[in-house]
Amino acid sequence: MTLKILDKEAVAPLVEALMVDYRVVGPQAKGPKFAFDPITDPARLRLDYDTTILPPKKVFQPQRERLATFTMGEDPEVETVIEVEPTVLLGMHTCDLHALNLLDKAFAEDYPDAHYLSRREQTLIVSLECLEPCDDESFCRSMETLTVEEGFDLHLTDLGDAYAVEIGTAAGEELLADYGDARDASEAERSQKNELRASKVKHFADRLNFGSGELPPLLGDAFDHSYWEELEERCFACGSCTNVCPTCYCFNVVDEVNLALTEGERIRHWDSCQLAEFARVAGGENFREDRGARQRHRFMRKGKYLYEKFDALGCVGCGRCIRTCPASISILKGFNTIHASLR
Amino acid sequence: MATSIYRPELAQLTDVQQMTATEKLFHIDLPNGGDLGHDPGQFVMLSVLGVGEAPISITSSPSRSNGNFELCVRQVGDVTGALHAMQPGDKVGIRGPFGNGFPIDRMRGKDVLFAPGGLGLAPLRSLINQVLDERDEFERVIILYGAKRRSELLFRDELNEWVERDDVECLLTVDCEDEGEEWQPEQQLECNIGVITTLFPQIDIDAKNTIAITCGPPIMYRFVLMEMLDKGIPESNIYLSLERRMKCGVGKCGHCQINSLYCCQEGPVFNYADIKGFEEAL
Repeated sequence: MTLKILDKEAVAPLVEALMVDYRVVGPQAKGPKFAFDPITDPARLRLDYDTTILPPKKVFQPQRERLATFTMGEDPEVETVIEVEPTVLLGMHTCDLHALNLLDKAFAEDYPDAHYLSRREQTLIVSLECLEPCDDESFCRSMETLTVEEGFDLHLTDLGDAYAVEIGTAAGEELLADYGDARDASEAERSQKNELRASKVKHFADRLNFGSGELPPLLGDAFDHSYWEELEERCFACGSCTNVCPTCYCFNVVDEVNLALTEGERIRHWDSCQLAEFARVAGGENFREDRGARQRHRFMRKGKYLYEKFDALGCVGCGRCIRTCPASISILKGFNTIHASLR
Repeated sequence: MATSIYRPELAQLTDVQQMTATEKLFHIDLPNGGDLGHDPGQFVMLSVLGVGEAPISITSSPSRSNGNFELCVRQVGDVTGALHAMQPGDKVGIRGPFGNGFPIDRMRGKDVLFAPGGLGLAPLRSLINQVLDERDEFERVIILYGAKRRSELLFRDELNEWVERDDVECLLTVDCEDEGEEWQPEQQLECNIGVITTLFPQIDIDAKNTIAITCGPPIMYRFVLMEMLDKGIPESNIYLSLERRMKCGVGKCGHCQINSLYCCQEGPVFNYADIKGFEEAL
């Protein structure tokens, strides 16, 4: 694989150049935390961020988007809307890239979703290798998302004064050539990158008490586990865990109309299987009424269902759901608790 | 521009019939004489623009399409409420058909037992009429239909026809009689009084050679399944059509999931033997 070197001083000019032709989204400080937002000032890009409040999935599946516009009345019309603009996404960590590879399957298979796929096609991804854990909640090593082989156009590894840049696609190579001031890596720089990648694993704790490959069969035996009753007592059904999850993609679709009732928009927005009405039908029957059953569904999707459908686990160990839960529910502790009792 | 799987086709209501106090039958024409091309048991996503979209089973049989299709809809939520206020000539959005449909090929050469409850007749009627239009392909046709009250029986003309036919064994039951309701003799379908399970002792079946199909309110399935299994019908010969909330119809939005299964894609028709280990199914 071709390896390029981009001096850190060359990053801001690169971002500045990209901003002319692209929406550039990258991690920036937001209060005491970080968020992926469109960059207006290259100096605000923080490639040294730990983690972000929301995962970068919002670039591909916005919290809210128009699917169509329509007119109402006797002879209504419907127009498809695909909300897309050429984008460069900077600084995505490998856990989030693993999650994005799963979302790609979810939106591409069977019935391809043109809204998601158009954004995916028009977004270039410059990902970033983590050399240190972001905090004590993440367990990426256990979920085997510490490194990534595919899904990026360019991939950065911090060498101190410069980034080693791996080329993932022809489009990435072109982007770097057109907008960046990069040079070929020396043999020493190549060795340094390889050494950093090889030695980084020891900095990350293996926090799952068993191999992640055991998760699908383990959860297969855990449907009637008493742990779900504990979550029934603790969960507030706020939906924060699914909002911050990089592999949650469930959505709701609603119509919004103007006050004159002549036209409207069909809106898709994020939904959460943790909310009470998620599985309720119009007649009133709720097929997942209890919070414990809804949390169980989340655990099952992350550790079993998505794996069965897409051959990739739905949990990448980013730790966001653990950090955000007001009831301190931890999917990691849950997995370990269930494993300890059943194995 | 790329084609969106979420874009509804605009279709015209050609006729609207009041069936009961809460159900109407909608006849729908697709634009340019288009054919829906559905199988019995499939559903469409129906839009009332400005109100929203909901999954509705198709009640007409493909064998009687005449270029249009029919939806039997209970007024129960936002979309169905708005639909009920619409008139012939009005336009609705249609996506689909979606879902797997009933296993009609497996039913050929066999006895078939239909056990719909209430509005569960809507999807089963599509299949029943297809079977009756190819009557020679099947052995016995048994229909056990239950509703809460006589006034809630759907498709009364067709029920009457099924009761009259020599090659169909059709038994009807209502949980209780309507209070203070006078029925004209021609409307006076012969009805048992009691829940749908009270019809099962009235029939003898060749269980091993019978394919049984049920659809109804959530409470009904367990009791009907018990009767079917009591009769000796093998689990793998029993099919259920299930209702779920749906927002896409194409296996993405997540609302319809039953454990790992997507009701919109892997259902809404499920084989009982396949699904009985799925605790969220019933």
